[in-house]
Amino acid sequence: MARAVTTQRKALNTAIAWTVGFLIFFPILWTILTSFKTEAEAIANPPVILFFDWTLENYGVVQERSNYMRFLWNSIIIAGGSTLLGILIAVPAAWSMAFVPSRRTKDILLWMLSTKMLPAVGVLYPIYLLCIQLGVLDNRIALVVILMLINLPIIVWMLYTYFKEIPGEILEAARMDGAGLKEELLYVLTPMAIPGIASTILLNFILAWNEAFWTLNLTSVDAAPLTAFIASYSSPEGLFFAKLSAASTMAIAPILILGWFSQKQLVRGLTFGAVK
Amino acid sequence: MSRNTVLRTSSALALCIAANAAFADAHSTTITIATVNNGDMIRMQGYTDLFTEQTGIAVEWVTLEENVLRQRVTTDITTNGGQFDIMTIGMYEAPIWGANGWLVPLDGLSEDYNVDDILPAMRAGLSHDGTLYAAPFYGESSMVMYRTDLMEAAGLEMPAAPTWDFIREAAAAMDNPETGVNGICLRGKPGWGEGGAFINVTANSFGARVVDENWQAQLDSEEWANALNFFVNLMNDYGPDGYATNGFNENLSLFQQGLCGMWIDATVAASFVTNPNDSEVADSVGFALAPDNGLGVRSNWLWAWALAIPAGTQQSDAALQFIEWATSADYIELVAENEGWANVPPGARTSLYENPNYAEVPFAQMTLDSILAADPNSPTVDPVPYTGIQFMAIPEWAGFWTEVSQEFSNAYAGQQTVEEALARAQDIVNEAMEAAGYQ
Repeated sequence: MARAVTTQRKALNTAIAWTVGFLIFFPILWTILTSFKTEAEAIANPPVILFFDWTLENYGVVQERSNYMRFLWNSIIIAGGSTLLGILIAVPAAWSMAFVPSRRTKDILLWMLSTKMLPAVGVLYPIYLLCIQLGVLDNRIALVVILMLINLPIIVWMLYTYFKEIPGEILEAARMDGAGLKEELLYVLTPMAIPGIASTILLNFILAWNEAFWTLNLTSVDAAPLTAFIASYSSPEGLFFAKLSAASTMAIAPILILGWFSQKQLVRGLTFGAVK
Repeated sequence: MSRNTVLRTSSALALCIAANAAFADAHSTTITIATVNNGDMIRMQGYTDLFTEQTGIAVEWVTLEENVLRQRVTTDITTNGGQFDIMTIGMYEAPIWGANGWLVPLDGLSEDYNVDDILPAMRAGLSHDGTLYAAPFYGESSMVMYRTDLMEAAGLEMPAAPTWDFIREAAAAMDNPETGVNGICLRGKPGWGEGGAFINVTANSFGARVVDENWQAQLDSEEWANALNFFVNLMNDYGPDGYATNGFNENLSLFQQGLCGMWIDATVAASFVTNPNDSEVADSVGFALAPDNGLGVRSNWLWAWALAIPAGTQQSDAALQFIEWATSADYIELVAENEGWANVPPGARTSLYENPNYAEVPFAQMTLDSILAADPNSPTVDPVPYTGIQFMAIPEWAGFWTEVSQEFSNAYAGQQTVEEALARAQDIVNEAMEAAGYQ
């Protein structure tokens, strides 16, 4: 029997949810507001919140100084490419672990996750030297492969969790009806796991979009994505907070819009197991 | 698809390819420069088109945050990655990298460039064994910036060369918790180039040194205890809350808002605090040499952001051409013509300080005096086996002094005593010296 919830309780819960949501969103809101201030207003104490002379000057300066579209395009290619490649590899891997596990499956899953525990800087030199040898420094394809490898454990784990929720009997029935491995994966498993796959894609796209160690260290001009774009506005000697905020807003805008439009799928996918 | 459409599409494609090829030909040489996001560097990027027009050499900029830039260029140069044709490096890296053979010696500079015009202190700091490895784009020392109106109200007059005792007296007089004005703002943020640099030069003026002639750590000396205790007491009494996390930018922000009576920091800050667009106190700022303790050594540092050519580049001639252009006296004239003398890159060339137009800039003379007062070959009262003022010009410095500065910042934040911080620092330095084979 469902528990009765009073109106006051509902209102309180709503207020708490909005407050928490606002607190989480506040740094982004502050960055966006600062991007419309002058440099003097950006450091004013006490801070000015809404009543200042709104200006687009910072965006103008950023546009003039940097080729935003080149950075954006690189981010799309690198984040999109690494996510898609990761999904292509992870779907069969997660399928085999979920439906035909071996004695070592659990160990393999844990080992995969352990690779995330190594600090990235520990392998900077070997990877850098490898890129030099292969002639792929400042190359988008190299970053696609590297980011795919970095995020692969998470992709496999997420998909494995979703696939485990799907009853194996359904796949068995498909096999009895004559479905081969390809058909089973493409026409039976994938449609049932679409919410999970979609949320995995979205989450990994966001992770790859925000990745700032390898994208800064392995790029210079041709493959530099939006993380390099933001880094170019951080200054050790000089206050350029308003310009930095404008650059940050331009860098996060695409992913913010993507997240906004796909929030339904994202939430559904992340809570896929719980509501079953 | 009709035959006509195919024909038109093919023609357009061919035209695009031809145009692209023509464009590529016009800029057949492209150099890539790694740099920091400082005002002078950004200004230089704005004039790059003029260089391209003059020489036909196209320029690609990779601008990064200072720490990221250090990591990025260090990785590239040590692996011979060849990602950059010019690197922006500092006075710390230039002699070390030059000695390792990682940089192209700048001995092919033309006569017109007049290499002898570079300020001797800058030239010495960017050379190894007399060979110049990086050309200074701008140089800096540190000095006292103070509020003339508050000093006047306090009935004090800032000497041109103050002592630390006077600085404490002035800080006490200007400190006003009611108006939120702090007597003094100084760096306490961890990092060898942040608070670590400041406390090191302060200690120099108190007669302290990091190591003795035999590379034995000296952090347990009385001089170090005096210096650190003086700094902590001064800042606890008259500094801003949370100064343990304040670096250059945080103090700049406080000073520009009128919340600091004094600020001792990089001379390059003078152009920021006197700019009426950004600073609320632009018309009431005075300058003085960094303080001393009467021991013959002032607490000012010496630094230059300089352009160097990594040994792995395939375009060293084009890179040298750019360096000649960007660090020339003509470039300074170009900036002055377009943006005024207050905005030219300071501290690199002697001729700039002989220019009567530049002499009218309020902070020009004090910047020069501060630079001239810094001697990287004799940075301390007692002799030391290293060169460098706010750093020891050895590869290990950045690592162990960052650790030491973290210990000091913990003391500033009250998480440990000054004595505990110095004891830990002593161990850190000794371990580093032993591990590197100096002891």
